[in-house]
Amino acid sequence: MSRLTQRFNDLRQRGRTALIPFITAGDPDPSFTVPALHALVKAGADIIEVGVPFSDPMADGPVIQRASERALAHKMSLRKTLELVKQFRMEDHETPVVLMGYLNPIEAMGYEAFRDQAVASGVDGVLTVDMPPEEASEFLELLKASDIDPIFLLAPNSTEARIQKMGALGHGYLYYVALKGVTGAGHLDLANVEKKLKEIRQWTALPLAVGFGVKNAETAAAIGQLSEGVVVGSALVSQIEAAQEDPSAALLGMTDLISSMRHALDAAPGSLV
Amino acid sequence: MTLTTDFNTIEPYNLPDERGHFGPYGGVFVAETLMEPIDELRTAYERYMKDPEFLKELDRDLQYYVGRPSPIYHAERMSRHFGGAQILLKREDLNHTGAHKVNNTIGQALLAQRMGKTRIIAETGAGQHGVATATVAARLGLECVVYMGEVDVARQAPNVLRMRLLGATVVPVSSGSKTLKDALNEAMRDWVTHVDNTFYIIGTVAGPHPYPAMVRDFQSVIGRESREQMMAQTGRLPDALVACVGGGSNAIGLFHPFIGDTEVAMYGVEAAGDGIETGRHSAPLSAGRPGVLHGNRTYLIEDDDGEIIETHSISAGLDYPGVGPEHAWLKDIGRAHYVAITDTEAMEGFHALTRMEGIIPALESSHAVAYAMKLAPTLDRDQQILINLSGRGDKDINTIAAREGITL
Repeated sequence: MSRLTQRFNDLRQRGRTALIPFITAGDPDPSFTVPALHALVKAGADIIEVGVPFSDPMADGPVIQRASERALAHKMSLRKTLELVKQFRMEDHETPVVLMGYLNPIEAMGYEAFRDQAVASGVDGVLTVDMPPEEASEFLELLKASDIDPIFLLAPNSTEARIQKMGALGHGYLYYVALKGVTGAGHLDLANVEKKLKEIRQWTALPLAVGFGVKNAETAAAIGQLSEGVVVGSALVSQIEAAQEDPSAALLGMTDLISSMRHALDAAPGSLV
Repeated sequence: MTLTTDFNTIEPYNLPDERGHFGPYGGVFVAETLMEPIDELRTAYERYMKDPEFLKELDRDLQYYVGRPSPIYHAERMSRHFGGAQILLKREDLNHTGAHKVNNTIGQALLAQRMGKTRIIAETGAGQHGVATATVAARLGLECVVYMGEVDVARQAPNVLRMRLLGATVVPVSSGSKTLKDALNEAMRDWVTHVDNTFYIIGTVAGPHPYPAMVRDFQSVIGRESREQMMAQTGRLPDALVACVGGGSNAIGLFHPFIGDTEVAMYGVEAAGDGIETGRHSAPLSAGRPGVLHGNRTYLIEDDDGEIIETHSISAGLDYPGVGPEHAWLKDIGRAHYVAITDTEAMEGFHALTRMEGIIPALESSHAVAYAMKLAPTLDRDQQILINLSGRGDKDINTIAAREGITL
């Protein structure tokens, strides 16, 4: 059983919603990332999504675009991201790590080389924003031979047929994009999220994590009522950006936000799931 | 002499496949939220490209609004000067708005109208596609937003003003390298945010399926006319086609109807910028490798880590790190040849055509002219080279003045 599946099973038994922070590897510089990952776990993260910086992050809003640019200015890359995950793994054997990014760096490395290095670094899941399942068969075949879970996105306009497809091909969890837009955009419509999650659950038993537009403890708690996991990205990366000259202040800003979300999630009445 | 590689082994050409693949290239590589609007677009495109009413309206607009057919002109003085093959020009520069871009924006805007979309967005590099989009949006009364890199806004000021005069909102893009690729990223972000009422008019044969096929189909009017005109004017097909390639829409528009004519050689001319060896160029087919960007797999200019590298060309319209997937495939199967012309050579082509024929070409098209100047002397006098003169050069006078130290 993969580390991700195990983690969701444990959380279900404990009645706890997965809190899933996202940070970009190497932002604001490479020395920040590993301490930040440990701090996130300490503050209440159950799973961590690590963004692989890319020169052309088409699905991201300005906050995560700038995080990518800061990281790339320090020559961060997929290879170096994997090294950072490996360092994190030397001390933390429990917390699942999901790489989130775009396909081209993986294409450049080669699917098989990537798979092998991701396994060696202790990566648990891969979410490739611009690789829909229709284009993923070779990649999925390679991942099958490992414990790495392919994570797929679902969106408000995903059709029933696509939900079925993701349900069949995805492992670990499905990531529900709560709004039509880029990361960090707009405001969530909870009623719509609830409705769509219900529809998705008709076709899959995979845990659902919801992201895009989770800005504070309040929205996190509200989303936590509806799903097995809550992803927070732009709001967290904004904390890093605000204090990028002062790593300890950036760490503090990050952990304050995650702690507040943790408390709000844990204090919320029994969730629906 | 004979120009073509022997490729008798090539299967009948009927690409892309159902999911938009040209061999390993093309496809649909986008985030989930775009899958539904892309599917909607593909359905509409497949439906209307077979709809006689739609095609009739398109033809009418191409004739009376764009001014088609564009003539083929025999550049006799230039042909004599360089010796060798006869040089002919397909005059896409004479279209309304001054370039081939309008062939495609007319088609996509009619499609947008049929689909009930009220808002048009586009990306632009040199501004030609932006102008062509703003033009058709004005005509159809559609809201229009054009994304343009900050660098391009500065170097193509006349086109920015034209778009604004036409009623479009021009949004300068300050992320990344601040050029065409970043404008495309930003347009994609707009699209994903406003999918319900917005139609994204991509200006080149790149992007997720169906764009490479759809833009090709709209631009193929160039090649279809050229076949007929060459037969009527010279009694036979040309020996070689030459067209500049950024994303590659004017080139594929000319090439596509000739793909089955194996005796017709095809040359796509990329921008070598300061020279391929300097690394400052925009020539993915000549010096890049396959990867995935902007929704399709194709040749890209990237570093070892798969990060896209900033490109360079004197011509904003060629300043792009990718290229249409069909060109990638035509390169791999050897049906088309891809060569590169430096900024300096392009300037020579620009001046040659201007002074010898009284035609001021766009800097993009000047790359094709410059390559034809090299090719012509290697051929016989009774052979023919057809250059796609994709645009006129008025928009480039500021760039040229700056490069040659002239104060306007």
